[in-house]
Amino acid sequence: MQWETVIGLEIHAQLSTQSKIFSGSATTFGAEPNTQASLIDLGMPGTLPVLNAEAVRMACKFGLAIDAYIAPKNIFARKNYFYPDLPKGYQTSQMDDPIVGKGHLDITLEDGTVKRIGITRAHLEEDAGKSLHEDFHGMSGIDLNRAGTPLLEIVSEPDIRSAKEAVAYVKAIHALVRYLGICDGNMAEGSLRCDCNVSVRPKGQAEFGTRAEIKNVNSFRFIEKAINHEVQRQIELIEDGGKVVQETRLYDPNKDQTRSMRSKEEANDYRYFPCPDLLPVVIEQSFLDEVRGQLPELPTQKRERFESQFGLSTYDASVLSASRELADYFEAVEKTCGDAKLAANWVMGELSSLLNKDNLEIEQSPVSAEQLGGMILRIKDNTISGKIAKMVFEAMAEGSGESADAIIEAKGLKQVTDSGAIEKMLDEVLAANAEQVEQYRASDEAKRGKMFGFFVGQAMKASKGKANPGQVNELLKKKLEG
Amino acid sequence: MHQMTLAEIARGLKDKTFSSVELTESLLARIAQLDPQLNSFITVTADLAREQAKAADARRAAGESGALLGAPIGHKDLFCTHGVLTSCGSKILTGFKAPYDATVVDKLAAAGSVTLGKLNMDEFAMGSANESSHYGAVKNPWDLTRVPGGSSGGSAAAVAARLLPAATGTDTGGSIRQPAALTNLTGIKPTYGRVSRWGMIAYASSLDQGGPLARTAEDCALMLQAMAGFDPKDSTSVDQPVDDYLAALSQPLAGLRIGLPKEYFGAGLDSRIADAVLAVVEELKKLGATVKDISLPNMQHAIPAYYVIAPAEASSNLSRFDGVRFGYRCENPVNLEDLYKRSRGEGFGAEVKRRIMVGTYALSAGYYDAYYIKAQQIRRLIKNDFVAAFNDVDLILGPTTPNPAWKLGEKSADPVSAYLEDIYTITANLAGIPGLSMPAGFVDGLPVGVQLLAPYFQEGRLLNVAHQYQQVSDWHTRAPAGF
Repeated sequence: MQWETVIGLEIHAQLSTQSKIFSGSATTFGAEPNTQASLIDLGMPGTLPVLNAEAVRMACKFGLAIDAYIAPKNIFARKNYFYPDLPKGYQTSQMDDPIVGKGHLDITLEDGTVKRIGITRAHLEEDAGKSLHEDFHGMSGIDLNRAGTPLLEIVSEPDIRSAKEAVAYVKAIHALVRYLGICDGNMAEGSLRCDCNVSVRPKGQAEFGTRAEIKNVNSFRFIEKAINHEVQRQIELIEDGGKVVQETRLYDPNKDQTRSMRSKEEANDYRYFPCPDLLPVVIEQSFLDEVRGQLPELPTQKRERFESQFGLSTYDASVLSASRELADYFEAVEKTCGDAKLAANWVMGELSSLLNKDNLEIEQSPVSAEQLGGMILRIKDNTISGKIAKMVFEAMAEGSGESADAIIEAKGLKQVTDSGAIEKMLDEVLAANAEQVEQYRASDEAKRGKMFGFFVGQAMKASKGKANPGQVNELLKKKLEG
Repeated sequence: MHQMTLAEIARGLKDKTFSSVELTESLLARIAQLDPQLNSFITVTADLAREQAKAADARRAAGESGALLGAPIGHKDLFCTHGVLTSCGSKILTGFKAPYDATVVDKLAAAGSVTLGKLNMDEFAMGSANESSHYGAVKNPWDLTRVPGGSSGGSAAAVAARLLPAATGTDTGGSIRQPAALTNLTGIKPTYGRVSRWGMIAYASSLDQGGPLARTAEDCALMLQAMAGFDPKDSTSVDQPVDDYLAALSQPLAGLRIGLPKEYFGAGLDSRIADAVLAVVEELKKLGATVKDISLPNMQHAIPAYYVIAPAEASSNLSRFDGVRFGYRCENPVNLEDLYKRSRGEGFGAEVKRRIMVGTYALSAGYYDAYYIKAQQIRRLIKNDFVAAFNDVDLILGPTTPNPAWKLGEKSADPVSAYLEDIYTITANLAGIPGLSMPAGFVDGLPVGVQLLAPYFQEGRLLNVAHQYQQVSDWHTRAPAGF
C-alpha cells in the first residue's frame, strides 16, 4: 500500500523580551537557579500578573508577517494542572481567543517549488520552570528562572506531507522570527522548540489517520529523524494489523526512536477558563499600523526581490534569504562587486563550505563581504583567473583580514596579460616540445583539438597559472597554425 | 480611650491629648485582656505596633499631619504583611511569613497607621460565620454564643468590641457588609478595581475587593481614602482618580432618589429586619430623599451563579498551595502525588475542599458550558439589572442580611442555609458595584444592618448617605455589653 504522511507542527518560540511576560524579572539564559525569579514567578500568594506590552507587540509582528487575522480583543486563559515547576498550578496561556488567528507561510522545497503552509493560530503564553533531577539525592530541585518567559506558540495546519517539508517549514519559521527580531532562534538553548503531530493514511484517503504527538524536538536534524522514525513505526504497526493510538511520544535522539509518554486517556483535563487577573487585551488598528510600519523586509519578499532584481533562481534566492545575516552578507558582496551571479556562486559555494567545515555562522565568517566582493572584482577585470581566485580565497580564509589586492600583490598571483611576455613564454614551451608541435601540424582537425589541450596545460604550468587563459588560447592557436 | 472613633483619635493625636504610643499600649492591653473571649486576632503584632506608633509620633513631632497618622488598625489575615504570618485562616499557610506587603498594607502604613495585628477570618475567606478558620471560630461580642458573620469576622468582632477603631476586610460575596451588619458596624465594599488586590490573597479574583470596617461612615471614609487608588501591579485596578470621600460626607440628601427592590423584601427576610430597614428609609425621607419601588428580576439566580463562579476561580487560585514552595507540607511524602494529596488534604479545611471540588467540577470538560458559561451569562443579566435600575434611582436600599447573627455551629451541618444568608450581598460582587452596610437597629438585642448600593465608583455617595443618617441616629454609637 502507498502511504501518505500528514504532519502538523506546534512551534514554541521564546520571545526575546527583556523581561518576563507577567513580571519584571530578566529572561537571560543560563543564570544561577532561581536568581531570575520574582515573587510573581514563584507564585507567591497574593501576587498578580501584569502583561508585558513588548510581548504583545512581538506577537503582532509575527501575525502581520504571516498575513494573519489579529484579534482586536484576545483573552488569556488558565490551563490548570499540577507540576512542581509550574508554581501557580496553572499556566497562563490563550485558548479560545488567541492573539494571532489564521495566516500562512510559504516554504521553498529542494526542487525549487514553493508550497504554502497554513498557520492555524499563534498564541502567547508563559513558560514553566525546570525540574532538576540530578544532584539532589533522590529528590528534585526546581529552577524557576525560566518560569514566566514569554512564548509564542505557533500552530500549523496539517498541511505538511514529509519530514523534509517539516524541516523546511521549521527553518522558514526560524528565519522569520529571527528576521522579525522576536526570537533568537537558539534551538540548543530551547528558544525554539517543536512538537510534531504525525499521522499516516493510505494515499488517496480523505480523512486523517490517528495522530501521535512527538514532544519537544529541538533540532532540525532531530525533527527529520523523529518524524521519519514515527512514520515508519506507524506504517509498520498498521501493516501488522495494529492500530495507532492517540498519544504523546518522546523522541530519544540517542536511540533514534520515539517512545510513549502518555495516552489520550491519561491526558489532563486542563479546565481552561479566562484568567480573572488579566483584562482582555485590546489591539487598536493604529497600533497594528505602527507595528506594520516597523516590519523589516521578510524572507519571502527578499527571495522574490533577489529573483527579480538579481535574476537568481528561486532555489538560490531562497537559500540566500534564509537568514537575514546571510542575505545581508550576499547583498554586501553584490554591492562591492556589482555581479550578483558571481556573488551568489561564491557565497553559496566556497564561503558556505568554509563555514560548514568550521561550523561557523555567517556573522563569524573569517572572510568579510567586502573582502569577497573585492576579490570577485579582480576576477571580473581579469586580474586573476577563477582558479587563482580559489587560492586568494583560501588565503583570506586564514582570517588575516587582508584584501584580495594585497594578497595578489604579496603572493605575485597577478594574471599575466602582457601579450609580449605570453608570446615569449609560449615560444619557449613550443621549443621545448618540438616533437609534439610536429605531430600537431601533421594531424587532422579532429586530432588537433585533443592535442591543443596539452599545449595549454604546458603553458599554464610554465606561467604558474598566472597567464591569462584567453590570451594563451588565442596566441597559442596562432603560433601552432602559423 | 478605646471608645473613640478614628476621627476622634485623629483629633486627640492632633491636639496632643495623647500620643500614638499611649493609645497603642492601651489597645494592646485591651486586646490581651479581652480577645481570648472573641478569638478575633490570629497574630498580635505588638512589637511592630510599638515601632510604628513611635515612628508616627516622631513624624507628627516633625510637623507631619494626617488623619491616620498614629491611628491603630488591624488587617484581615489575607493581606500580606512583610515578615509576619499571613495565614488566610488556613493550616496550609502554616509558617508563611509573607515576603512583601500588600498594596493596601503599604498605603495604610504610608499614611502612618499602626498595625496591631492580623485578624481571624473564614479559611480563604470562604464562609459567612467565621467558623471555618483553622485558628478557631470568632465570637460575636454582642452575644458570645453567636457568630460574628464572615468571612471578615475577626475584623468585625475586634472593631465592634472596641479592640480597634477600624480594620481592613475583603468582600467577595458580602464578607465585609454581612459581618458589619451582624456586629453593628459600618463597612464598605468598593467598586471592583477601586482598591488594589496586590498582596491580597485571592479567593475569587473577579469578585474580591478590599475595604474597611469601622464604627462610622466617617471612619470608613478615612480608611478608604488611604486604601483606594490605581495600582500598576494589579491589572484589574482602575486608573481613575479617587474622590474626596471626606468632602462628600456633608452633602445634603435633598433630591436623593432611593430604590427599594421588591426582591429584597420577599420571603426569607425576618420581618423585624424589614421594619428596621423601612424605619431607616423614613429617616432618609425626612432628610429629603424620595423613594421608589424597583425590581432586580435576576436576583433569584445570584446565589447559584456565585456558587459556580467563585468556586471555579478558587479551585484555580488555590492550586499554588501545593506544599512545594511555602506553607504546610505533609510529613515524609513518598512521591510527588503523595506530597500533593496529603499536603492539600491535610492543609485545607472542609469548606475550602468543598468549594475546590465544586469549582473543579464546574470547569471540567463537558460541564464548563452548562455551569461556568451559564453563570457568566447570569452575571451579565444581574449587572444589566443594576445598570437599568440606576437610570431611575441614585441609590438602592435594602436589608444587608435576612437574619441577625445565628448561633455558633447552627448552620455548620447545612452549608446551603449559610450560603442563603448572602442573598442580598452577592449581587453587588457579581455586578462589581459598591455596597455599604450600616447599623439599622436591633432585633432581640442583636444588631441588624441596612445595605446601600450605588453605581460604579460612587463610594462617596454611599458614605455620604450613611454619614447623614448617622447624624440623625445613634445605633452606630451603641457598644456591646462588656466591651
